Amino acid sequence: MKIIRQYILFVVACLSIWSCKKDNYDAPSSTLSGKLVYKGEAIGLEYDRVPFQLYQYGFGKTGSINGTFTPEGTYTSLLFNGDYKLVIPIGQGPFKNKIISAGKPDSMSVTINGNQTFDIEVEPYYMIRTPQINVASGKVNGTFKVEKIITDVTAKDIERVQLFINKTNFVSGADNVAQTTINGAAITDPNNISMSVTIPSISPAQNYVFARIGLKVKDVEDMIFSPVVKLTY
Amino acid sequence: MKKIIQIIILASILQTVACKKDSEFLDEPPTSILTNEQAFKDPAQVLSILANLYNRQLDISSVKDWVSMADFSETFPSENGRSNIVQRNSWGFGEWSNWDYGYIRDLNLFIERATAATTLSETDKTRFVSEARFLRANFYFELVKRMGGVPLITKSLLYDFGGDPTYLQEPRAKESAVYDFVLSEGDAIKDVLPANLNDKSRASKGAVLAMQSRAALYAGSIAKYGVSTPQVSLPGGEVGIPADAANAYFTKALNAAQAIISGSAGAYALYKSKPDLSENFASIFIDKGNNPESIFIEDFKLKSGKVHGFTQVNQPRFGAEEEEGGRLNPSLNLVQSFEKLDNTFVPFNTSLFYTNQIDIFAGRDARLAGTVILPGTTFKSRAVDIWAGYQLADGSIVTGDDRGAQKTLPGTSNPVQVVGFDGPVNNKEFTAQSGFYIRKYQDPAAGSGSRGTGSELPFIRYRYAEVLLNAAEAAFELGQTPLAVGYINQVRARAGLVIPLTAGDLTFDRIVHERRAELSFEGHVLFDKKRWRIAHIVWDGTKMTEADLLGNIGKATKRSSQPYGLWSYKLYNPASPNNGKWIYKIVLPGLVTGANRFQFGNYYSLIEDNIRANNPKIVRQPNQ
Repeated sequence: MKIIRQYILFVVACLSIWSCKKDNYDAPSSTLSGKLVYKGEAIGLEYDRVPFQLYQYGFGKTGSINGTFTPEGTYTSLLFNGDYKLVIPIGQGPFKNKIISAGKPDSMSVTINGNQTFDIEVEPYYMIRTPQINVASGKVNGTFKVEKIITDVTAKDIERVQLFINKTNFVSGADNVAQTTINGAAITDPNNISMSVTIPSISPAQNYVFARIGLKVKDVEDMIFSPVVKLTY
Repeated sequence: MKKIIQIIILASILQTVACKKDSEFLDEPPTSILTNEQAFKDPAQVLSILANLYNRQLDISSVKDWVSMADFSETFPSENGRSNIVQRNSWGFGEWSNWDYGYIRDLNLFIERATAATTLSETDKTRFVSEARFLRANFYFELVKRMGGVPLITKSLLYDFGGDPTYLQEPRAKESAVYDFVLSEGDAIKDVLPANLNDKSRASKGAVLAMQSRAALYAGSIAKYGVSTPQVSLPGGEVGIPADAANAYFTKALNAAQAIISGSAGAYALYKSKPDLSENFASIFIDKGNNPESIFIEDFKLKSGKVHGFTQVNQPRFGAEEEEGGRLNPSLNLVQSFEKLDNTFVPFNTSLFYTNQIDIFAGRDARLAGTVILPGTTFKSRAVDIWAGYQLADGSIVTGDDRGAQKTLPGTSNPVQVVGFDGPVNNKEFTAQSGFYIRKYQDPAAGSGSRGTGSELPFIRYRYAEVLLNAAEAAFELGQTPLAVGYINQVRARAGLVIPLTAGDLTFDRIVHERRAELSFEGHVLFDKKRWRIAHIVWDGTKMTEADLLGNIGKATKRSSQPYGLWSYKLYNPASPNNGKWIYKIVLPGLVTGANRFQFGNYYSLIEDNIRANNPKIVRQPNQ
């Protein structure tokens, strides 16, 4: 009996000495954040559409940490400190992909040591300039300019421009209550495009809508958007 | 003395028994595991091994799983747990992905072991090996449709435990190389396998040729239409086929189809046994005994353990043999695409009053009523009860929120039924939320709808009508339009479209439409849209308006991102001559909030990170 008690005491003592140390890693604590920019100006996107991939060097497996850009073109990722490469896969985003060799996207090296901001400079095919969106007598009207950024041989035409409105501030082709479209061929003056869409009855009723303008480039999957505006009426 | 005798006896026993070596003594053959030699001795035994391989074939759609037919806006899924199909806005890149090299290894092992077997007769051996090669080719075809070029492994691989597995790492073959493999395997085995086979669940010459015609057609159209989506390709050719290969593939597709049409593979023909053309079309999938149309099937058998519950989960809910059913609700997008008998595409006229509920569907392609259970028709001799409510004189609607709900109509005192027992009621699972139920594959046999019995209808993987359509499409792509209309008109005439298309009528849109009308729910919709490179246009993620729905019917690139419904109402207006007549309204079922979006990255499914980590030679899919 006495021996057993001693034995138990010994085991408990051992456990209390060695097991007070946690045996797992700390959770990642460094935030990498930033946005997609063209000459300092943020690029608007569709929600959950344009992905990015982060690879940490030095591990056997080659899997990536995946994320997507927000509608405002920003991203954040909670990471361990270390060396990473950041990749936007080919064919994603309304901008020209940087390609180092056929089939391989360019990557950006990021060293994480504490919280960090890292903006990604990209070259979009078009920019929506001076968007003016307002509401008047049950309609949302938008006027804007379209500036062609890429004008060399890789330039692409506009497929269509669209004005979307939605109940929430997720506004895109997939999330809208009403939209209007002008096809690229029908745009006569890219410096003065105006569109108008009637606000449908919204249930439950609300006295505001969110609106933004989207531009689809031919043969490019993702659209580029103007900032979301909240319109109260 | 006595002891000495005992010692002598003991020693002699030891000598006689213990002379076996220790290693031999421990090396007893197991009684529960057969050696390769034993397993491949008896043909019946080999067939049972092969049966396991037959059972592991992969289908994109199957009667075994109704959800596999529920997507792509062709149906509305009427089960509460599945509404995500119509609520999501896109497909994940991993959707339809497959990397089952375990199956390929088992096929390779089977081929090697059967080839090495010593006691099998040469005839048996050749047939078994050819069947396994057919399964392997068909599986590589299934993989290439989903993943593009994959590593072509045709021998069993063995790891030497040397610590370096790189010699086992095989890069992805070109997409064209996988198609070429499928076609060349077909050439090698097609004359070895029997023609005119009665057991259509086993590989035959017809099955091989049907696979070849489909595979070559796919490869040809990827080569031809891949030009319109240059971003869906990889520099190494793992995805994408050069455009100049198109004609060779189309020629192969046409030749393989013609080999079946000419009768060289057996007496295949269109099924034409029933006078009612819709009944006839539905019976293609029901009639097992004497069906010249089916070429290669997955068979089921009652009381054998291998049955399926397709009827059980999809039967009209009201009065069914089980307290469920009604899951697949074909969408109006599909229903309205069936032509009028004068070969024109028109939407349903929803501005008229119809005396009978069925009248609105009159004068259409017989395949409509053969594919879809329309309101006002019967299943298992019982009328389906699909109607959404009463419309009053002022245009207001009286309806209920449960199956067969009762309410009192204005000016009357007794409550009456105001909605069908089969719905449609929004959010009410198993009711016809699009206004329709599916008819294809529904088994009219008693007990087919009950869980305990199930259905033994086969799932047809290759059938003669598709071969005709393959031939028509290949001939069309090769510029032989007169030949093409000859084939397509046979399929159309069987569906009651007796005014033949002329060579001038035949367009790409017509071919796309014909395959949808004939082959819907048979596992073609996704792969067809992919190979024509129109998936990203048809499912473009933009919500549909009613104008979208009603315009451009019969056009290949018509948007179809949300499944619409067509609901019928009875007019209640005793003062009107139209009292009691039927009207129809186009509705978007209440649960449909998403819009299908097919991204460029969906054309070829994701190869998981784990696979690429294990084999760094595997390149990533484009646009992912």
